[in-house]
Amino acid sequence: MAELPVDQALTEGRVPGRSQEEIPELHEVGCPPELRERIEALMGRYPDRKSASIPALWAVQRLYGWCTPEGIRQAAAVMRVTPAYLESVASFYDLLHTEPVGTHKVAVCTNISCWMRGGDELLDAFREAAGDDEEFFVTGFECLGACDIAPMASIDERYFGPLEAAEARTAIDQLRDGAEVLPEKALEKRPLPGGNPPAADAEASEGDLR
Amino acid sequence: MMNPKEREQSTRAEIVGRETRMLLKHAEDPALRTLAGYNGYGGYATLEKAYRELEPDEVLSELEESGLRGRGGAGFSMGKKASFLPRGDVDKYLCCNADESEPGAFKDRELMQRNPHQLIEGIAIASLAAGIGHAFIFIRGEYDSQADILDAAVAEAYEAGYLGKDILGTHRDLELVVHRGAGAYICGEETALLDALEGKRGNPRLKPPFPAVQGLYGGPTLINNVETLSNVPHIVKNGAEWFKGFGTEQSPGTKVVSISGCVQRPGNYEVELGISTRDLIYGLAGGPAEGREVKAFYPGGSSSPVLKADEGLDLPYSFEAMAGAGSMLGSGSIVVADDRVSIPHMALRTARFYHHESCGKCTPCREGTNWTVKMLERVVRGEATPMDLDIVASVQENIIGHCLCVLGDSMAMPVGAMVRKFRDEFEAVIAEAELVTA
Repeated sequence: MAELPVDQALTEGRVPGRSQEEIPELHEVGCPPELRERIEALMGRYPDRKSASIPALWAVQRLYGWCTPEGIRQAAAVMRVTPAYLESVASFYDLLHTEPVGTHKVAVCTNISCWMRGGDELLDAFREAAGDDEEFFVTGFECLGACDIAPMASIDERYFGPLEAAEARTAIDQLRDGAEVLPEKALEKRPLPGGNPPAADAEASEGDLR
Repeated sequence: MMNPKEREQSTRAEIVGRETRMLLKHAEDPALRTLAGYNGYGGYATLEKAYRELEPDEVLSELEESGLRGRGGAGFSMGKKASFLPRGDVDKYLCCNADESEPGAFKDRELMQRNPHQLIEGIAIASLAAGIGHAFIFIRGEYDSQADILDAAVAEAYEAGYLGKDILGTHRDLELVVHRGAGAYICGEETALLDALEGKRGNPRLKPPFPAVQGLYGGPTLINNVETLSNVPHIVKNGAEWFKGFGTEQSPGTKVVSISGCVQRPGNYEVELGISTRDLIYGLAGGPAEGREVKAFYPGGSSSPVLKADEGLDLPYSFEAMAGAGSMLGSGSIVVADDRVSIPHMALRTARFYHHESCGKCTPCREGTNWTVKMLERVVRGEATPMDLDIVASVQENIIGHCLCVLGDSMAMPVGAMVRKFRDEFEAVIAEAELVTA
């Protein structure tokens, strides 16, 4: 019987790799000064500089549109951590992109409350309206914390709802034209559902109105 | 006629229809977001009083005495939790959990958006009580506009001397940092939140040690929800006895309840705990559309076991009543399903969420959520047999209590309850598919 090769790791144990990843030097990575200053300021906010890793990746993403390998190396050089460390963080979180994405980000909630009120149909409508235009990054998303305006979408990090499927095309057209997106559907403009209190009367001033 | 006690309460809380607004008082005024607006309603007066006139122990005992229970989901006594932190001059931390990501919950968003200074004042007073010098607000990355509002409010509070070094000349310091997450439900779990704040992937830690003993950077850490901390100024200002005049004996105070799903007026309503659930769903939120009926509802976010209409509608909305019915008040988020909603599909939607958000550290959760999704997909596609329902149920039993955190349990409890309480509906879906095949 022919002898099969035996994995060395089984007989002698695994030999530690010699090419341990190194922390890149600042002069090797060509980090733009504004990114460097931003990350240094962020590190200064925390007792431990590593706490700045998510904020630093946000800064990289703001600058390059996504967490590019070069951007991650630049942040790693400033923070004095390995790029792999920052990559492990970036790949864990839904909002940090380790692949290129469109400039305009549309996240449509498809979780329970939005699903009950047409979230799936809204997502389809956004996908259809955006077509294969690479400017747009349309995704279904887990609960965005705005079930009161279901079905809703987060468009370039601002919340809009409740949306009709037809409004998806309006929103995409407005983004293309650089116009204000669905102003009447912005979350900020929504009043409290229970209404406002009757105007403060004279009696109210007796007590402390805190 | 109001008795004197009611009168006293009504001047300090605001009665709007069936609502009792303490945390959402004046929330309709957009100026409340600014320091000037907040000061105009008496804001930061309690911080001044606490820092200048009160001993930290006095503040702490007032919080303990008030019986305030955590509003993030677990409902643990806030004052007791703060008292677990060791005394003395050690590096201690406060983390405000603003990672609200539970499907159905959107109350913290409203509180931060409309009244950020109330939260900051609460954080400062709680930090004084527990001798904390460093505080963080961990806000989910999706809440970008709310984080901007908080950033602006924190800057104003620093400027006015309510935060930073030597607060109001009292030789006490407090640094407060708004930290944005980047999209992961698991970071709302308190120990995963700590890992994320330390700059790692958000994986939960083994407990004990609990964060009060060993938390952020290994130091004692107090972790409280946005709504919990927003209650603090009101308790310290008006006293524990006043606070206990609202709500029930075991659930004192008001609660901002998020109501969504199949109701006509979804939104946040602040009510005294103990109000009838029917009043919340029908009275405040307008009930389901004309001609429809409530079939079931999640009483406390998507992690709470669903209650059938006849089980739950007539219960008082309180921690103890929901626990008594085999569910929980959780974060205080009601999601209503009317008679059009297919429960097997709702179970699948719920399971998919937890499958997506499982961090993958513990096998029962990672595999259990995955298999539950696969089995429920078979059910709704009509490829399952009734025996599969028993397997789904047994998978849920094998998740509960077997992981570092309760993310897996949070799927297992509602999905298990749906299969148990609506088994006939699951079987009907399966039988219908068999009929078609035959």
